Amino acid sequence: MVNITVEDKNGTRQDLELPTDMGLSLMEVLKASEYNILATCGGMALCATCHVEVLEGADKLPELNDPEYDMLDTLPDATPDSRLACQLRISDEMEGMVVRLMAEED
Amino acid sequence: MKETDICIIGAGPVGLFAVFEAGLLKMRCHLIDALPQVGGQLSEIYPQKPIYDIPGSPGVLAQDHVNNLLTQIEPFSPTYSLGERVEAVEKLEDGSFITTTNEGTKVASKVVVIAGGLGSFEPRKPAIQNLEDFENGKGVTYMVKDPEMFRDKDIILAGGGDSALDWTIHLAEIAKSLTLVHRNETFRGAPDSAEQVFNMANEGKINLVLKSNIVKIGGNATLEEVNIADHNKEETVHKADYLIPLFGLSPKLGPIANWGLNVDKNAIQVDTFDYSTNVPGIFAIGDINTYPGKLKLILCGFHEAALMAQSAFKYVYPEQKLSFKYTTVNGVQAF
Ligand SMILES: Cc1cc2nc3c(=O)[nH]c(=O)nc-3n(C[C@H](O)[C@H](O)[C@H](O)COP(=O)(O)OP(=O)(O)OC[C@H]3O[C@@H](n4cnc5c(N)ncnc54)[C@H](O)[C@@H]3O)c2cc1C
Ligand code: FES
Repeated sequence: MVNITVEDKNGTRQDLELPTDMGLSLMEVLKASEYNILATCGGMALCATCHVEVLEGADKLPELNDPEYDMLDTLPDATPDSRLACQLRISDEMEGMVVRLMAEED
Repeated sequence: MKETDICIIGAGPVGLFAVFEAGLLKMRCHLIDALPQVGGQLSEIYPQKPIYDIPGSPGVLAQDHVNNLLTQIEPFSPTYSLGERVEAVEKLEDGSFITTTNEGTKVASKVVVIAGGLGSFEPRKPAIQNLEDFENGKGVTYMVKDPEMFRDKDIILAGGGDSALDWTIHLAEIAKSLTLVHRNETFRGAPDSAEQVFNMANEGKINLVLKSNIVKIGGNATLEEVNIADHNKEETVHKADYLIPLFGLSPKLGPIANWGLNVDKNAIQVDTFDYSTNVPGIFAIGDINTYPGKLKLILCGFHEAALMAQSAFKYVYPEQKLSFKYTTVNGVQAF
């Protein structure tokens, strides 16, 4: 298990305890936790509706892969700590990570 | 005013196939889409990905599937309004409809079929405060429809994807000056285009501003200047007639929400008998609809199109009785 904190569009934070042994992506976990993100492309780094900014713990995450970098590069609001949640697999390195949702629907 | 039997809003796979099902029953269709091309999500989001669950077409590339659909519906000569977003659907006293787009195109029809998918594809906009004040012909534009518009003008382009690179190369020839603003130091788009853009910058043909963002725009009535901040937040002011932000497209439900239809979580509620909405004569098929057990799959949308056509027939030919026939019996009777 690993503990992370999610901040929604309104700035409300919630702590989540997540399993590391199920091969889930952060996008899948956010959807399962009822966050209103579209994840239109189903996790193929093609839609950016799972865009998050990593506020704490970005340096511990694996490097961006090419498709992820390409997609983020096209966004108007990406920051140096932007990631696509569908490209991040839940792992022990995420302990204490804080992410902000960047593409939450109304 | 264009006239047709069925006005289809959305030219994704489901809207396209609806033309076929309608055509078998001798109903003509006009298709409208906000995108400049047909194919919906398939051509806009994943043209080069294989789809494995289209019955009878194992591993077909999304764009090939769209092309196949176009071939399949060709006998029924559908007409198109592309690059136009439907703003309003009005029901007349005789039960027919007038559909109006943002460009003022009007389509009269007996039936309206909404095949709007996830909504109309709209440009992603950068967070610049007064951006909207300069839209609609006042200097900020998200699509290059007529390059001639930019002849001898000062243009600023923003973005780092393929379309930003392609338009930089293309418009540099026409513009008086062209500045490309990009957040990063490198471009991830097509390497050839990126190299060409760097060469053009070295030769002084364009002005390349990297690791920077647009933070402010201003002008009297029309756009006059754009403030660009570098990574140290130092701002410079650039003269501009046009600003073209190119950050890709993303679907937004948009005007569909205002047509008096029952909408639940960005989807239109339908009766699974014939995928009719709460307004008689308006149907909703494909990703845009919702009902218990709904799956957002292409093949489900195709099934919905077939059943929709059976009921739409009653609006188009109220005097006639419909008898069900296989395509193998009569073939496809073109019109
Ligand atoms: C990456 C990815 C992979 C997928 N893989 C599969 C798969 O393997 N198998 C499968 O079955 N499905 C798959 N899907 C889902 C599939 O693409 C959709 O189910 C399908 O595109 C729905 O078709 P549609 O015609 O209903 O809508 P769309 O394809 O979304 O088309 C709707 C069109 O309507 C237009 N529109 C909407 N509102 C308006 C308006 N007001 N005015 C003008 N135009 C408007 C839009 O611009 C759009 O072009 C995938 C989706 C994605 C994103
Ligand atoms: S779900 Fe589409 S990019 Fe992550």
